[in-house]
Amino acid sequence: MEHLLALITKPDNVPILAIVFLLPYFTWLSFSQGRKNDRAGTPAEAALKDKVYVWPYLCRNEFICAIIILLILAVWSITIDAPLEEPSDPTKTPNPSKAPWYFLALQEMLVYFDPWIAGVVLPGLIIVGLIAIPYVDINPKGKGYYTLKERPFAIATFCFGFIILWITLMVVGTFLRGPGWNFFAPWKYWDPHKVVPLTNVNLSYKFGIRDVLTANVFGFVVVAGYFALGPIFYLWKKRSSEFLQELGLVRYIVVSFLFLTMLSLPIKMILRWVWNIKYIWVSPWFNI
Amino acid sequence: MNEKRNGLKEKIVNSQIWRSMFRHGYENTGRRYTLQILQNVWLHLHPPRVPRHGINFRFTWCMGGITFLMFLVTAVTGVLLMFYYRPTAEYAFRDVQYLEFDIPFGMLLRNMHRWAAHGMVIAVMLHMFRVFLTGSYKKPREFNWGVGVILLVVTLFLSFTGYLLPWDQLAFWAVTVGTNMARATPVLGHEGPFHPQDITQENDVRFALLGGTIVGPSTLLRFYILHCVAVPLLASVLMALHFWRVRKDGGISGPL
Repeated sequence: MEHLLALITKPDNVPILAIVFLLPYFTWLSFSQGRKNDRAGTPAEAALKDKVYVWPYLCRNEFICAIIILLILAVWSITIDAPLEEPSDPTKTPNPSKAPWYFLALQEMLVYFDPWIAGVVLPGLIIVGLIAIPYVDINPKGKGYYTLKERPFAIATFCFGFIILWITLMVVGTFLRGPGWNFFAPWKYWDPHKVVPLTNVNLSYKFGIRDVLTANVFGFVVVAGYFALGPIFYLWKKRSSEFLQELGLVRYIVVSFLFLTMLSLPIKMILRWVWNIKYIWVSPWFNI
Repeated sequence: MNEKRNGLKEKIVNSQIWRSMFRHGYENTGRRYTLQILQNVWLHLHPPRVPRHGINFRFTWCMGGITFLMFLVTAVTGVLLMFYYRPTAEYAFRDVQYLEFDIPFGMLLRNMHRWAAHGMVIAVMLHMFRVFLTGSYKKPREFNWGVGVILLVVTLFLSFTGYLLPWDQLAFWAVTVGTNMARATPVLGHEGPFHPQDITQENDVRFALLGGTIVGPSTLLRFYILHCVAVPLLASVLMALHFWRVRKDGGISGPL
């Protein structure tokens, strides 16, 4: 317990502690406003049709906000010193070596994916996917006010990606990953000699496939089949769903690809925890 | 006495010098409130009037403004820090120690820079969260959302390049771990899938970033220049674009 306290009060971990409190607060704030708007039928902001002068009303708020934030920053800077460890030494690797806190969700993904996916492809897809959001979200409702009912899929997907996959993995990577990037419960001492048996096997092995070529083909079929789920669902529902017709094939493929890619992380996490699965698809060039 | 003071005030306020600096008066009229915004170079970023919910903390969370404020704080403290810091392997760590122990308020200066940078990362994430939850990226604001995503990445990169500069164990290994990913870049990294035979650890994308095969003196110089010159310039240009588009896309989003 003492070591967890030491970890939490480490100067560079203060921002994570701040997020742990700020994010639930702002999530609650937005959801409560969303529920209120949904119940009332018209958003609260619509009732306030009048405009106010920026000077003095907005400028005053900005000024007060800036003073409060600078005050917090000043107190933070006076009470907590920025860390400075020993001079850098390329021959002395600390265990665990961690990236800055805002990249720890990516480092956590390395447990489940090879570096080229976790460190390059997925971060790239996160950026591209975020930029793509306005062009694939054709729902005209919920523009400029909080709501839950009018865009449930968009809100649920974003909250899952941001709160669960990005922030929670960041917190796990900071507080629960110890030497050797092993998982340590909060009350456990970070034992650098902890031995974890490597019993992970590939999915094809689990299915009794021992031949390399068959395993390769099997992996390809599983991964391709997984990503084909999107188009199959489209063909199945296209006729009956007006929404899919309006969305169009191109937008649909982008959405389903990004959505399935995002879901592949929790799927692979569960496969690893429950069945010790390492790779889904092993090929001579790359492993997934 | 009072009359005399008022007379003096009138004289000053109506003088040529005063009127050349402050072109509007101080009467409580809508016209003056408008001029206050339009005729001020710093405030003209704002429209003269905004919808009432635009000044409501519960709606905006102030997070965009806080991000910008944190950027300004890091810019000011960063320039001051540059007076005491040399980006070479011999001096970098010593200079930070010297700053902490011998420069008046040096420790405070460094703390403010570091915590403001962390604060900026938090604020920019929450800003994106708010903009998403209010659906503010929807037409006609699609492009500005994209600019915002790039600004988020630029913010993380600014913070990451700054992380190396103290040149201590924390900095060195955090950046080593962070940049190790570049080895595995498909095609362009020497350990990535589909890389051609010619791509080795001495000419891949990680080498370009580090200026070497491991984090070393040339990495320090590269990150210093990226952190102090290149990325802040890029961020400033993108911020100008971002703020301008907020205005041109119809100001703060609302239900109408």
